Amino acid sequence: MSEAAEPTVSKKSLRDNPLVWPLAGLALVIAFNLVTGPEFFSVSVRDGHLYGNLVDIFSQGARVMLLALGMTLVIATGGVDLSVGAVMAIGGALCATLVTNMGYGLYAALPITLLVVGALGFFNGAMVVVGKIQPIIATLILMVAGRGVALLITDSDVVKIQNEAFLYLGKGYILGVPFSLWLVAAVFVVMAILIRKTALGLLIEAVGDNEHASRFSGIEAGRLKLIVYAVCGVLAGMAGVLDAASVSAADPMRVGELKELDAIFAVVIGGTALTGGRFLLFGSILGAILLQALTLTLYNAGVPAAVAPVPKAIVIVGVCLLQSDRFRKQISNIIKIGGKAS
Amino acid sequence: MKISLRSNPLYATIGVLASLFAIASFSYDGFFSLRVIANLFTDSSFLGVTALGMTVVILSKGIDLSVGSVIGFTTILVAYLVQDAGVSVPVAWGIALVVGVLFGAGMGALIVLYDLPSFLVTLGGLFFAKGMGFVISSSSIGIQNGFYDAVLNFQIQVGPGAYLGAGALAFILFFVFCLYLLKWTRFGRYVYAVGGNEDSARLMGLPVDRVKIGVYAFNGFCSAFAGILTTLYMGSGNPLTGVGMELDAIAAVVIGGTLLTGGIGGATGTLLGVLTFAVIQTILNFDGRFKPAFLRIAIAALLLGFILTQRALARGKD
Repeated sequence: MSEAAEPTVSKKSLRDNPLVWPLAGLALVIAFNLVTGPEFFSVSVRDGHLYGNLVDIFSQGARVMLLALGMTLVIATGGVDLSVGAVMAIGGALCATLVTNMGYGLYAALPITLLVVGALGFFNGAMVVVGKIQPIIATLILMVAGRGVALLITDSDVVKIQNEAFLYLGKGYILGVPFSLWLVAAVFVVMAILIRKTALGLLIEAVGDNEHASRFSGIEAGRLKLIVYAVCGVLAGMAGVLDAASVSAADPMRVGELKELDAIFAVVIGGTALTGGRFLLFGSILGAILLQALTLTLYNAGVPAAVAPVPKAIVIVGVCLLQSDRFRKQISNIIKIGGKAS
Repeated sequence: MKISLRSNPLYATIGVLASLFAIASFSYDGFFSLRVIANLFTDSSFLGVTALGMTVVILSKGIDLSVGSVIGFTTILVAYLVQDAGVSVPVAWGIALVVGVLFGAGMGALIVLYDLPSFLVTLGGLFFAKGMGFVISSSSIGIQNGFYDAVLNFQIQVGPGAYLGAGALAFILFFVFCLYLLKWTRFGRYVYAVGGNEDSARLMGLPVDRVKIGVYAFNGFCSAFAGILTTLYMGSGNPLTGVGMELDAIAAVVIGGTLLTGGIGGATGTLLGVLTFAVIQTILNFDGRFKPAFLRIAIAALLLGFILTQRALARGKD
């Protein structure tokens, strides 16, 4: 406590800057690749498009980035959304079915899809706000039902996509950079402006810090949460559309499988506490990049895709431990004892 | 007041189960039979054991998302030990159970000692166990073993054409054990106390930390046990088994009337919840018109209905 009373600015700012952990993780991954295979970093230009692992990290990471951006807002309000994987499946399935099986143009199908997934997110929010159900459980319902809904939409089939405009979403390039990345950048900039240039960010953090107190200070916590869950749904649905576009097919069983975990991981490692309150959009983007870099590095190192969850789990729990006060205290005690001994 | 609060969700579960069964009996020929009822237990044996473990976790106000992965891991571990490593079946089962308990206890220790959210730690457990299963083998391993055949052939006739197999019997015995554990042992009472109000449990001097670690260790045991039952049911081990099982288990527990806020509920409700689950599944099998996708949606709808009922009951208490 006494330490907190007289903060030593330089020391505190570095250790408590939440971006330190994802950056440190990224540095580790980069260092590992520099040692084992520097060709990891080679970027070439083919047909006017950028190619290489670094580009893959960003283009394949785009979906998790979208999920993580939405999840960040939800977690900031003290909630969590477990249904994003299932909503991804619904988004991909619905858009693909509308375009391929029902002959809609993408310009009609995409707004309809985003409206539907937004409504699903709103439904999550309504259960949390109106039904007063814990977010884990409220979103669990859609997590259970969502994949069934996606299967019903596609009639249990994998829907192939031939529509060029649709495929462009996942495979197109602008100025040599994948379209999906431009999309994420646009979403990020819009969100960052809305959040940091208006009071919206402050309001969300207030609700997450202490909902009760925020209500007394005149914030409509309920309405804010509804919006946040709806935004999370829209972004998840968009990620599902991108996913379907990038593999030219919407598979209701596979799209978004376990992606809710990736999203939560990206948010937590990006320095947003699960207890709500202060949040960092950029941290979540960094978290998503770290996750994708880690995955790609493991693939390159010959680790089978199916085994990749093991190191992922160790990183998740490791990061949580680093954020735990008790663990930090134990470690600093060990270091102190070691220092005295020497 | 307290009595009505405790028993009301149970009545609702009984009502749903009975009416589902009655409607199905009128709609489909041959549904109302001892054979179908016996099969309800056989088909839900591993879900039942999983859900009983989850009941104890939820009663202590925790959650364990790793159970599905631990089941998958256990099936491939047992199949590998028996088939490829030449370990005798009882020893393989013992190893699997010990691994399950240690895994659960490890997660519990992380949750308790470092004050981490249970859903996050067990999410890590989900990833870890899933990946470790693939480390052992990435493809299914069939089990050909005399002991397994003997266990599979063991069954008790409970009526004309109705048999209870080893899995169903294990489920029923385990249910009785859980009933005893929760109602008549010190551990059981501590679980209710911790789930009801952790702070007052601590002030009363109960060993809260040890109870919570014990809860996750017990659930690890249940998951491993369910994994073993799965190998019996399928005759093979596969790291892909058990995906999504954690959701089914949580759904069965909630439908059984155990409150997600901890401290209220029990094993009987969970048995009824699991049977409700099995009845819906059987109806889908009987009626070809329903697609399998309906199972998830029906379960989710039931889950929503029960949670809202619970909320209404809890509000009545305030």
